[in-house]
Amino acid sequence: MTQPGPARLVSVPVRHYGRWLSALLVLAAIAWLVRAFSQADIDYATTGEFFTAENVIRGAGRTLLISVLAQAMGIGLGVLFAVMRLSRNPVTSTVAWFYIWLFRGTPVLVQLLLWYNLALIFPTIGGRPTSDLMTPFVAALLGLGINEGAYMAEIVRSGIGSVDDGQTEAAQALGMTRAQTLRRIVLPQAMRVIIPPTGNEFINMLKTSSLAYTIQYGELLLSAVSIYTRNLQVIELLFTVSLWYLVLTSVFSVGQYFLERRFNRGSRDARQTATGRLVSNLRRRPRL
Amino acid sequence: MVLAEGVHKSFGRLEVLKGIDLQVSRGEVMCLLGPSGSGKSTFLRCINHLEQVSAGRLSVDGHLVGYREKGGKLYELKEKETARARADIGMVFQRFNLFPHMTALSNVTEAPVRVRGRDRRLAEARARELLSRVGLDDKADTYPAQLSGGQQQRVAIARALAMEPKLMLFDEPTSALDPELVGEVLAVMRSLARDGMTMVVVTHEMSFARDVADQVVFMDAGVVVEAGSATDVLDRPQHERTREFLSRVP
Repeated sequence: MTQPGPARLVSVPVRHYGRWLSALLVLAAIAWLVRAFSQADIDYATTGEFFTAENVIRGAGRTLLISVLAQAMGIGLGVLFAVMRLSRNPVTSTVAWFYIWLFRGTPVLVQLLLWYNLALIFPTIGGRPTSDLMTPFVAALLGLGINEGAYMAEIVRSGIGSVDDGQTEAAQALGMTRAQTLRRIVLPQAMRVIIPPTGNEFINMLKTSSLAYTIQYGELLLSAVSIYTRNLQVIELLFTVSLWYLVLTSVFSVGQYFLERRFNRGSRDARQTATGRLVSNLRRRPRL
Repeated sequence: MVLAEGVHKSFGRLEVLKGIDLQVSRGEVMCLLGPSGSGKSTFLRCINHLEQVSAGRLSVDGHLVGYREKGGKLYELKEKETARARADIGMVFQRFNLFPHMTALSNVTEAPVRVRGRDRRLAEARARELLSRVGLDDKADTYPAQLSGGQQQRVAIARALAMEPKLMLFDEPTSALDPELVGEVLAVMRSLARDGMTMVVVTHEMSFARDVADQVVFMDAGVVVEAGSATDVLDRPQHERTREFLSRVP
């Protein structure tokens, strides 16, 4: 026969009256907002209708396309310039520093406009007229990709810096050159630190790509603008694309959550991603 | 095998080695003892050019470390040449420094394949032999994170041996290990010594030094205070500093 365990401690829990009050205030504010928006002159039916319009879906597809391509380009350039930045060759290192400084120090929008108007600087490239080569797609890709490369360079650089010096020492003691050490030993380990912020960068790219509408690239925002300049339903269409952006970023945020979980494996707080903590806080019964 | 003549090393304004004269013959085991900050690890790291000597001459197997001498002038070695020289010197670190993203077997085959260009299958066969020699033949496909400290260090020794070095350097190989695991690593080192490997070992393990070392060197504050056979230095120390140090170490 098992002995009963010690009696559970019975106590009167702390009462959080402030929480009741703030909860009520928040609910009241939400109720007021909902009322304000439902009474406003917004044709929500239109918003829903255009959500599945062909132009809008195509725009969403192009947003996804340019984001993936620009991010890929950014990663490639980022690795290149990070390695250059860490090089012992003063010329390579300085050139890399300059690239990072220049493209992080100017607004993406300005960069996009400069690329689009490149023909004003170089009328022809390789014999072909620049205005033919520099389509909105190319300008958007270059603008977003090269800009992203500067940010990725810093992410990769810090990833490489996060690898313990002992690893490099061991590799060099075995007779490996710096290049071999970087490729086989350091970079693979740096990935652990590089990949989670890269996921975030991609989610940001999905939204930043909307700037490309200024250079006539047919992504999501441009599709909305084209429609509302004709039917004058500005807010309705902006709501439509906002929903689309939310869908896209949310889908990838789920992926980001699993990505972070995987790369935090082995560290003490493996479940402690930002989203994870939020979810577990919501699940726990609030002690009011 | 190793010849140090008036070796000095400074880090900026801090002089760590103030004129080291040492000699290690082929097949000899030298143990470097001394308090922290004495420069023993720094000297060890100068031998395979992980640190660059500031002054003096340091040579391994007749070749100057880090430089080439031609017509009375010293020319710095290019990276490739330094790497090639390092390949013949094995080093075992206090914190093991195994490559965590590779299995024990891959850790051991990585350098022979990448640096010496050995055929992968041959390298793997040799790696298994070496792992077996250090008592870890069943751990070939495990990752370092799944191994104990003593096991990791033994893999590290196998990894260094895979390059068939003519000289092995040990930088406090057991200092980061639980006392129970120290023995297994020292056993591997003893067998290496028995087989005639030239070894320079920085250690605090006095019994190891007494049993295995052909030469014991006591360093303090960047200079060699005393050098001699194990019994001479450990049992009949001539200098006050040596006696002081030995009396405080269990």
